[in-house]
Amino acid sequence: MAKVVVITSGKGGVGKTTSAAAFAAGLALRGHKTVVIDFDVGLRNLDLIMGCERRVVFDFINVINGDANLNQALIKDKRNDNLFIFPTSQTRDKDALRREGVDRVLEELKAQFDYIICDSPAGIEHGAITALYFADSAIIVTNPEVSSVRDSDRIIGILASRSRRAERNEPPVELHLLLTRYDPARVAKGEMLTVEDVKEILSIPLLGVIPESESVLRASNTGTPVAFDDESLAGRAYLDAVARFLGEQREMRFVKPERRNFLRVLFGKA
Amino acid sequence: MRLLDLFFSPHRHSAAIAKERLKIVLAHERAGSAAPDFLPRLQRDLIDVVGRYVQIRDDMIRVNLGKSGETSLLEINIEIDGAKAMPKAPQPRLAGA
Repeated sequence: MAKVVVITSGKGGVGKTTSAAAFAAGLALRGHKTVVIDFDVGLRNLDLIMGCERRVVFDFINVINGDANLNQALIKDKRNDNLFIFPTSQTRDKDALRREGVDRVLEELKAQFDYIICDSPAGIEHGAITALYFADSAIIVTNPEVSSVRDSDRIIGILASRSRRAERNEPPVELHLLLTRYDPARVAKGEMLTVEDVKEILSIPLLGVIPESESVLRASNTGTPVAFDDESLAGRAYLDAVARFLGEQREMRFVKPERRNFLRVLFGKA
Repeated sequence: MRLLDLFFSPHRHSAAIAKERLKIVLAHERAGSAAPDFLPRLQRDLIDVVGRYVQIRDDMIRVNLGKSGETSLLEINIEIDGAKAMPKAPQPRLAGA
């Protein structure tokens, strides 16, 4: 049975699209047929992060309105046969994401895919609510920073009260915490909330910790999901998170500062 | 001086401050999201009624929904320290009575 997974956060700029792209790529690498959908109508960006911006012809709104069929709009990834991208529209009509239309398209996707990854827009407006409404699972992308943690708490509350599963009294949306832009060196200095702090405050299970990494910007510059870069710490951390999502036990890596020479620290040549 | 910074940095505990602030604000917001919608209206009505007898400002009445063990508590705090009594409040009468 296909699973609908929303990547959400409330706050903007925490790494939702990066995580959606990396997660979808990771699932595809593990052999699961996966589609990643951009729900950020009007501010399309998943296409750039996935590197397929020049191949967009039809989009999510065209399919909802019946102007194109699903297979005309889905873009097949050139690096992995299991991975598909479903771009959104640049329309300024915010209500273009009609719930019945989205429901119909998701049902059609469920027949073809194992995983449907929904990249939510920031905020708690129509687009964000529509993205989370149909979810079976939610990945709450959070930075170790006060405003991000607060907004994540808000989104967790909304998932519990306004998702379709909540409305129908079905088992609740499965929640996963993904801590991104984590800087172990600053944590060690007491300048940043620890993994344990954020886990304790939000009290949802931890799926993974993605370290702050130069490779993320490099990946977005080149339009490559960072999970395809298995040399990078962030890429490996996303692959670990995907493995845990699939039920494997994996130790948390990259949560301790890298060892540095004591004398260099002492004399400031960091 | 890196070595001295390690011991005297004023930022050393900022993460602990962040955690405390988050715990407090989230405890408040989680309780708030469960509160019924009538609290602000109740607060306005209370201000009207009490205001007939003593001169009060809006911020002198606070209405909160709290919990004490298993019991939900509607807590109403009216501060009347220094508030002047209203000069002989006019008795509300029914028209024609």
